[in-house]
Amino acid sequence: MSEVNTRTRLPGVLRLGVARTGYEVRAFFRERDAVVFIFAYPIIMLAIFATVFGQDGATVGPPPGIPFAQYFLPGMLATGIMLSSFQHLAISIAVERDEGGLKRLRGTPLPSAAFFLGKIGSVLVTSVVQTALLLAAAALVFGVDLPTSATAWTTFAWVFVLGTAAGTLCGVAFSSVPRSGKSASAVVTPIVLVLQFISGVFFVFNDLPTWMQQVASVFPLKWMAQGMRSVFLPPSAESWEVSGSWQHGATAVVLLVWAVAALVVGVRTFRWQRRDDG
Amino acid sequence: MPHAVEVTGLRKVYGEKRAVDGLDLHVAHGEVVAILGPNGAGKTTTVEILEGYRSRDGGDVRVLGRDPQDGDRAWRSRLGIVLQSNSDLAEATVAELVRHFARFFPDPRDPDEVIASVGLQDKVRTRARQLSGGQRRRLDVALGIVGRPELLFLDEPTTGFDPQARRSFWDLVESLAADGTTILLTTHYLEEAERLADRVVVVRDGHVVAEGPPADLGGRTARQAVVRWTQDGRTHEVRTDTPTQTVVELTATLGGEVPGLQVLRPTLEDVYLSLIDGAAS
Repeated sequence: MSEVNTRTRLPGVLRLGVARTGYEVRAFFRERDAVVFIFAYPIIMLAIFATVFGQDGATVGPPPGIPFAQYFLPGMLATGIMLSSFQHLAISIAVERDEGGLKRLRGTPLPSAAFFLGKIGSVLVTSVVQTALLLAAAALVFGVDLPTSATAWTTFAWVFVLGTAAGTLCGVAFSSVPRSGKSASAVVTPIVLVLQFISGVFFVFNDLPTWMQQVASVFPLKWMAQGMRSVFLPPSAESWEVSGSWQHGATAVVLLVWAVAALVVGVRTFRWQRRDDG
Repeated sequence: MPHAVEVTGLRKVYGEKRAVDGLDLHVAHGEVVAILGPNGAGKTTTVEILEGYRSRDGGDVRVLGRDPQDGDRAWRSRLGIVLQSNSDLAEATVAELVRHFARFFPDPRDPDEVIASVGLQDKVRTRARQLSGGQRRRLDVALGIVGRPELLFLDEPTTGFDPQARRSFWDLVESLAADGTTILLTTHYLEEAERLADRVVVVRDGHVVAEGPPADLGGRTARQAVVRWTQDGRTHEVRTDTPTQTVVELTATLGGEVPGLQVLRPTLEDVYLSLIDGAAS
């Protein structure tokens, strides 16, 4: 029967993933508080740190030194990626679960793959916009010289992609941790804040105590910041790294391991309903 | 043709509590069935098992010919689900939401017609956050019917409606039923069940205590008239099929005017309450 055939021809997963991306991006930009926080925070922090530390033309490292705005830009880029992937998803999915939005979707023929494609797509869009804004602000307002070599931008691209992937998958997995939507930002924000302090975002990483550096080395943010430093700092800065190297191989491995581990945990633990429901 | 919903001996246990305990339920294609029952009777648990949200601990369940635990996308596309009220969807507009959800389905209704059918045509550009409680609920229904479901679940659809909104909602449900949609609804409102349902199923302690067309519910005895009067300072009550005869006899016995005389026809609510209480005591 032809009627049966038209009824069973379900819309494709990719097409639905694109539709979900559009829906999620629009929803994101309408949550004005989140937009302002996620987009403005790294820029404001860059402004504060560059201004405070860079007074009277002070620089980082041995002469001629690196201007503070340039030194902090990589850490702020890494922070921005973490905010728009990990923090945003961990909080917003926890809220959606608590409000019943995930349960509602689960009751429709929307495939879960399309739902997660929509999350990934929206994080990609928002983190690209955010990174572009931060780079523009750094170049135009703080006079940071952006790299011109293809090698540097290739490194930037894979650190950005791997960092976003790890942050996205960790955000999805971590969204099951807060007990309610209301507690989500209280649970997620401190973690992000602590990681920023120990991962070389707000301080020069070499200046931190060794144990703090070691703790930070377990988590992705330190590696994202380090990867971004390899892009935006001059080659001479490589010798200031704790290990004396940019450690591109280790960076890729750590980010990949986090992404895969979060994927495995996320697939096993993801819930479409509140814990007390069903 | 098999039933749209076939449930036999359904059981669901939460710890010590038997939330659903040997429940049987059959809904024919095109039928409108209302599940009535007090809070905690197992209504929502049952419906959410049928919708595929919850697992079961026993019994046999077929919804549109499938076990909901193995329901795939094609099966889901034939269902419409309106859950108990939620607070999601805040920042999207009515039109965006109905159009977006329509894309999930193979053969959706026209989103604009759906919006008009739930009476939200003046709110198409309004965000869900700004809708009133009743308008939000109608949006929930719009999202539940946009996929042109064969079987529609409505879990307490009109809670929080004002009387006018409830009446226009009932018209909507009746028009869906007239189009051949099978509807299974839970409700607290007996008036709603009486108006909409071909058949009412009363659930208590996880199983069915009575079922039938609203007019026949509870059997003949439950529908008997009650004659009530005052005699020797006490209220007396008699159930009877012939209340006029009873009053004539009383008049003779008491020699004229009967003090405090009342002749009561039980409403569905009276029948329902006696079913719930009677079984409890």
